[in-house]
Amino acid sequence: MGMNMQTKLRDFHQARWDEPIIFELSAPGERGILLPPAEEEVARQGAEGLEKIPSYMRRTAPPALPEMGQMRVLKHYLRLSQENLGADLNVDIGQGTCTMKYSPKINEVLAANPALSELHPKQDESTLQGLLEMLYKTEHALKEISGMDRFSLQAGGGSHAIYAIVSIIRAWVDATGQSDTKDEIITTIFSHPSNAATPILKGFKVINLYPDAEGRPDFEALKAAVNERTAALLITNPEDIGIYNPRIKEFTDLVHSVGGVCSYDQANLNGIMGITRAKEAGFDLCFFNLHKTFSAPHGCGGPGGGVIGVTSELAKFLPVPLVEFDSSEERYYLNYDLPQSIGKVKDFYGSVPVILKAYAWILSLGQEGLTEAARVAVLNNNYMFRNILKIPGASAPYAEGEHRVEQVRYSWKKLKEETGIGTAEVQNRMFDYGVHYWTSHEPWIVPEPFTVEPTESYSKEELDEFLAIMKQIVKEAHEDPEMLRHAPHKSTIHHVDHDYLDDPAKWAMTWRAYKKKYTGYFEPKS
Amino acid sequence: MKLGVIVNPVAGMGGAVGLKGTDGAQVLAEARRRGAIPRSPERAVRALRKLRPLRENLDVFTCPGTMGETELRECGFVPKVLDCGASGDSESSFSREHTLRGVRLMKEFGVDLLLFAGGDGTARDICEVAGESLLVLGIPAGVKIHSPVYATSPESAGELALSYLSGSRIPEKIAEVRDIDEEAFRLGRVQARLYGYLRIPFERRRVQGLKSGSPASDWVAQQAIAAAVAEEMEPGVCYVLGPGTTTREVADALGVPKTLLGVDVVRDGNLLGKDLGAEELEDLVKENPVRVVVTPIGGQGYILGRGNQQIGPNILRRCGRKGLLVLCAPEKLRALEGEPLRVDTGDPDLDREFEGYVRVRTGYSQESMYPLRGW
Repeated sequence: MGMNMQTKLRDFHQARWDEPIIFELSAPGERGILLPPAEEEVARQGAEGLEKIPSYMRRTAPPALPEMGQMRVLKHYLRLSQENLGADLNVDIGQGTCTMKYSPKINEVLAANPALSELHPKQDESTLQGLLEMLYKTEHALKEISGMDRFSLQAGGGSHAIYAIVSIIRAWVDATGQSDTKDEIITTIFSHPSNAATPILKGFKVINLYPDAEGRPDFEALKAAVNERTAALLITNPEDIGIYNPRIKEFTDLVHSVGGVCSYDQANLNGIMGITRAKEAGFDLCFFNLHKTFSAPHGCGGPGGGVIGVTSELAKFLPVPLVEFDSSEERYYLNYDLPQSIGKVKDFYGSVPVILKAYAWILSLGQEGLTEAARVAVLNNNYMFRNILKIPGASAPYAEGEHRVEQVRYSWKKLKEETGIGTAEVQNRMFDYGVHYWTSHEPWIVPEPFTVEPTESYSKEELDEFLAIMKQIVKEAHEDPEMLRHAPHKSTIHHVDHDYLDDPAKWAMTWRAYKKKYTGYFEPKS
Repeated sequence: MKLGVIVNPVAGMGGAVGLKGTDGAQVLAEARRRGAIPRSPERAVRALRKLRPLRENLDVFTCPGTMGETELRECGFVPKVLDCGASGDSESSFSREHTLRGVRLMKEFGVDLLLFAGGDGTARDICEVAGESLLVLGIPAGVKIHSPVYATSPESAGELALSYLSGSRIPEKIAEVRDIDEEAFRLGRVQARLYGYLRIPFERRRVQGLKSGSPASDWVAQQAIAAAVAEEMEPGVCYVLGPGTTTREVADALGVPKTLLGVDVVRDGNLLGKDLGAEELEDLVKENPVRVVVTPIGGQGYILGRGNQQIGPNILRRCGRKGLLVLCAPEKLRALEGEPLRVDTGDPDLDREFEGYVRVRTGYSQESMYPLRGW
């Protein structure tokens, strides 16, 4: 039976596989492929190759990898995939701030093309002209979109890009002899937290600005914070609550007046792409996320693309190599000749398949298409905005009566007061209807928060489905809050033990850490 | 409209002399011995002045002497004085029995609003009799203001009462009455207890928020803040450490003991004096440059004038805005829900000097620029 088209609510049940960790499935001796023995000459050359690795770096025992047949590996990962709600499976607009738009499948085909996938990064430039042209033209498009003068495509994600930007700011401060006088970086509490975290690694002190009563960065607080020690302002606009700051040029002007530079975190570009640019807002640096705005998949935490743009004054600090075009010889080449470069931030040229997908997306839309994407993203968002505000118990703090840009941070504060059901309970119940949303918006300056970002990709039908689910859950919160407290009921698991999340001593990010902490497999070194 | 007014004339006396509260006759006697002077009558007057426009229209009920009559007369009211057992010299003979009886009588007379001046002890006494049956609003005057039944200042209490009694529609709210065990408090333990609920008129900006303790996750942040403060201490400077778990971490980082709820002084990494009253403190730091290290009260944002009245106006004038170090873990700052930090030094002019934006230390290399207002 198909879903009920009147209620728009699905009768969904997630797969539940009590699938072990792949290491636990390992059967010694089992293999996916049985290789024939190497020919004598090949074996000899292989051994010679090994000899070149210093003895202290050579393994004496093989790595402890799981040993399994192909079919078991396939089933293992298919089962795990059934326990997920990926962007290609659910109405993924509840993961606000992440710009979960459609990643065109044709671009996957392009990236898998042997013409790209079989290239070796150490091939001679003359044999990589097509690849270099693609990188060069991607940079050109990004320059147009931002107004910046040069781009590096190396960084593998947003936080990586911010760290590279802060490294550039550090290099600029040092190169201009201001190391002793400029040691403060200003950011805002609604900018991505990496803007506040990374400067500390580069020896800066960070000053956070809180929002004013309208939810915008507090200009008076900026005035109080700016001084001759200010090295830079790192700021998002619109911030993660979806409100545009029209005074942004005043912010950058003020920071410039004390000799600081300004970096634009453009993770939230999707609502203003083709409409406003970093250059006109007075920024010296910016970055885009190829895996968000430019349609490349998020890749479950990577690889993504965090491309960094700078003005010509700061270009000399960019990571090497830059891709250049020699018009007299009509050839592309890699430029390593940047003595003041911060160095490499990633191996080779960055995540080339990701860059290719972004390039294909930009070309398929063109200038008008990019602007149209932004407009539709804003339209979709404001459709959701008006309709979510009609749901009893939901609210959107700040800037009452104004439109929002590409996302909105909402609050279930009222619902919580009325029913005891807050955003965590709503989140757990969303899984039962086959969608997910997240609440990781710490610190919860907006109480009981959730953020919806519908992007341009979703149809009205899907947006209505998401709305119907939220309305249903609010109804349940009033009628049967106890049931909600025990949600999810139809998901892969029913309860997450938060004790493990709260205690760093219990965290295990790898199998090795797990064995160490839970089975004592690795004895601590004395 | 009928207004009831009760002043606990001895509330707040323990604060300026380092006693963390004034509950019980013995402590009150000790506060007097240490030279404490009453401050709640003066704070009650600051609130009642705001009600003058309604002088002709209000039926005012109160208790004798400084339990309300004196303050009301000072503001030009002619109150009906109830026999609650207090004499004219209500301050020296004050007993909580008088408060209990006073509230009982006001309940019988059916007052529309009961304004009271005091601290958490007073709120408990009122709650015991009135519960949710009366609409009540506190004028903050005690040492401990943990219950969110108080206006943010005496003036705010007066203004809120004025608009309510003038017929404005003010939402009501049931607010918790909390108090801490003063004995445990003096030994360095915060043990808040819920004693009941009072019904209060509520306007976000005029009524104090509930104090929140520090969640465990903030402890790491507190340590990071403390490490930075300890590292940056200058030689020969006296650092006055106000009460709180965040400032205690600073002492820990220096390896010196700290009275959790008292005011201590360190210089060059050594403890100079602990659990000091206002005069001792002033004496101790008069020879050196001085900085004041404070942390806001959870959920309220007061950094001066609540629980640290020992740090008096003279010291604050000497340290000035630049010498005031405000420490606050991020979650505690968030819990203010956008409300500003506040100072209530007892001297409105001095409060104004501190107003504006203040750098709040929120981590090792992290600060927040945060608004700071006087009451």
